[in-house]
Amino acid sequence: MTTWPESQGASTSLETVDMTINIGPQHPATHGVFRMVLTVDGELVKDCEPYIGYLHRGLEKLTENADYRQAMGWWDRTDYLAGMCCEGAYVMAVEKLAGIEVPERAEYIRVIMMELSRINSHFMFLGAFGADVGSFGTSFTYGWRERERIYDLFEEVAGDRMFPTYFKVGGVTMDLPENFEARCRDILSSVRQGLEDFDGLLTGNEVFVERCRDLNPVTTEQAIAWGFTGPMLRATGLGWDIRKAEPYSIYERLNFDIPTGKQGDVFDRYWVRLSEMYQSARIIEQCLDEIPSGRVLNPDLPKTLRIDEGELYLPTEGTKGEYGVYLMAQGGTNAYRAKLRSPSFSNLSALRDLVVGNYVADAIIILGSLDIVLGEVDK
Amino acid sequence: MSFGDAFFGISWLDIIIRTLIVVIAMTVVVIYLTYGERKVVARFQMRLGPTRTGPAGLLQGVADALKLVVKEDLRPRNADRWVFEFAPYATFVPVFLVLLTLPFAENWGVRNLALGMFFVFAVLGLNIVGVLMAGFGSGNKYALLGGVRAAAQMISYEIPLVVALLTVAMLAGTLDLNLIASLQGDRPFILVQPLAFVIFFIALLSELHRAPFDIPVAESEIVGGYFVEYSGIRWSMFQLAEYAALWGFSIFGSVIFLGGWNFPFGSEVGVGLQLALTLIKSTLMILLIFWVRATMPRLRMDQLMSFCWKVLIEISFVLLLITGFFLYYNWPQEILALVNWGGALLLLTVIFIRTRRKSEAEDLVGTYKNIEVTE
Repeated sequence: MTTWPESQGASTSLETVDMTINIGPQHPATHGVFRMVLTVDGELVKDCEPYIGYLHRGLEKLTENADYRQAMGWWDRTDYLAGMCCEGAYVMAVEKLAGIEVPERAEYIRVIMMELSRINSHFMFLGAFGADVGSFGTSFTYGWRERERIYDLFEEVAGDRMFPTYFKVGGVTMDLPENFEARCRDILSSVRQGLEDFDGLLTGNEVFVERCRDLNPVTTEQAIAWGFTGPMLRATGLGWDIRKAEPYSIYERLNFDIPTGKQGDVFDRYWVRLSEMYQSARIIEQCLDEIPSGRVLNPDLPKTLRIDEGELYLPTEGTKGEYGVYLMAQGGTNAYRAKLRSPSFSNLSALRDLVVGNYVADAIIILGSLDIVLGEVDK
Repeated sequence: MSFGDAFFGISWLDIIIRTLIVVIAMTVVVIYLTYGERKVVARFQMRLGPTRTGPAGLLQGVADALKLVVKEDLRPRNADRWVFEFAPYATFVPVFLVLLTLPFAENWGVRNLALGMFFVFAVLGLNIVGVLMAGFGSGNKYALLGGVRAAAQMISYEIPLVVALLTVAMLAGTLDLNLIASLQGDRPFILVQPLAFVIFFIALLSELHRAPFDIPVAESEIVGGYFVEYSGIRWSMFQLAEYAALWGFSIFGSVIFLGGWNFPFGSEVGVGLQLALTLIKSTLMILLIFWVRATMPRLRMDQLMSFCWKVLIEISFVLLLITGFFLYYNWPQEILALVNWGGALLLLTVIFIRTRRKSEAEDLVGTYKNIEVTE
């Protein structure tokens, strides 16, 4: 409750007090179970205190207590909007630590799946962000259309939609279904159509541009100091992308551009994500063109995976930024220490600095433009 | 007996009967407006909308109303009791009063007031009281923010709304709504004063808390605004007021700008056709409002206010001045219409150019760059 000054009542002077507003953990703007307490002076935000941890599941400890392969399912559930990207990062880290080869075809399948996940996650961002700005659910359903088709494809390939657990140490669980290529190309063309629709609905909308342009600009120096990665960093103009900077899997062979913004404002963050989806579609098409035939799983895998002493940090480009997996092995079937460097958490940590001084309505948009996923923040 | 005469020749009975007709018509219309909005917006969003209750979901509104009536009426502990409980009525009654003076067909209304337009302005101002009461009395910070936002917004946008309507009243030379409609037998006022219609429509969206001006009820920020703490029948009073206002003001706008029951057939056609004309015109306006709602994001409070005080009020006052000049010097209305259309086109061009910010966004595509991979 607000504490009223003692002078209330008999006093003749007009004193104003700041008001605290609690937003979340059940609030449409927080995109999950996140809570922030805003101190506002009228409509102006003077302070912001974020509270996280509502979705903490102890991912790292769970991983340390399970077999390397058993732990995989939990990693899907970190960035639950792009499960394939997360399990890809974990599986690649394990493979690199254990020195396991992956067949060529499996690498291509993985990249296709990871990029489809990226498109999926970014569609969710576009839809939810449009709803934050206030377009009454229309952007939400626009985003849902293509997401639904991609999830259907995931279901056909892996048997599950959100948490496929499709990757496996040494390859992928099973080969692609027969009609996969045609369906995937069909989906890509509808993804492009969906992006055009978003362009028409949001990018070309005066009210949307008016709300987002020049709002909360961030310089590259600030972004680096705050530990931003991914679209948040690229929006400031620095083309830093792990897929180019420290290529993993087969990204070295693929041809794609890195969209960057100009001034790191909310509009640029939106625009960078939108442009990235075109690049993801490009990557998938190249993979579909070049995918070799052959096996999808390394045949010489040990029955029980034991890794001798060693440690490794593998950064990957998650949908929200640098999704890094740290694994430390000391012999045995379990990791001695597992650590996730989650991009949402790093991006969210600057929330107070970003939000203070803006209006309440803008605070909501800024939070939306961070594109956090609470599964990843809370691990 | 024509509708203009008193029912049974008894004035108090006459009033009761007419009011009852309006109450029943309003309830039915509101139920089907909510249904219509859900269906129309669902089409925009590639959904189906209600389909299960009744054929094509036609009974959805009835089911919702029944549910709301039997729902528990909650009152927060720290709410200001009487303010909280009377706020829905204070919001609803002014809207209902607006309906009393509207001509649905020639001389078809509860009371045909000689100062009809003035009456509408007067009761419009009362609406704010209910919203502020709800915002203040709920003892909820979201509600407080919503109430204060609503008050600021409604008071500001009343000015361009009233001034835009005054330009038409000057041309008509009367404030009698029935007379204003009958003057538009061959030419509705929207052809003479299109700019006034644009201003009226924008201000109307704001008065009705419709997107892109739904700031007081912003769902993604203050989750419903001033009626966030209401439930059951009290909440449905707010809903009723919102949609009754939507309907009432669409008819009001169609009477003043689109010729109401008159244009294009003139007053000699029967009452049935006149009613149909009024309903069709108001439905067109309502559909336009739904369309805007389904596609437009929301403005920010300060942008909203500066748009009102820096753009709309200036334009509407200039329009008022120009209309005054034309009337004083008896210049022909055709030239006034030309000036007006020019102004409206200019406004649209400015909006169009500003909307082409998309090209600015497309510039960003050129900034793709492949970074050098450094060891």
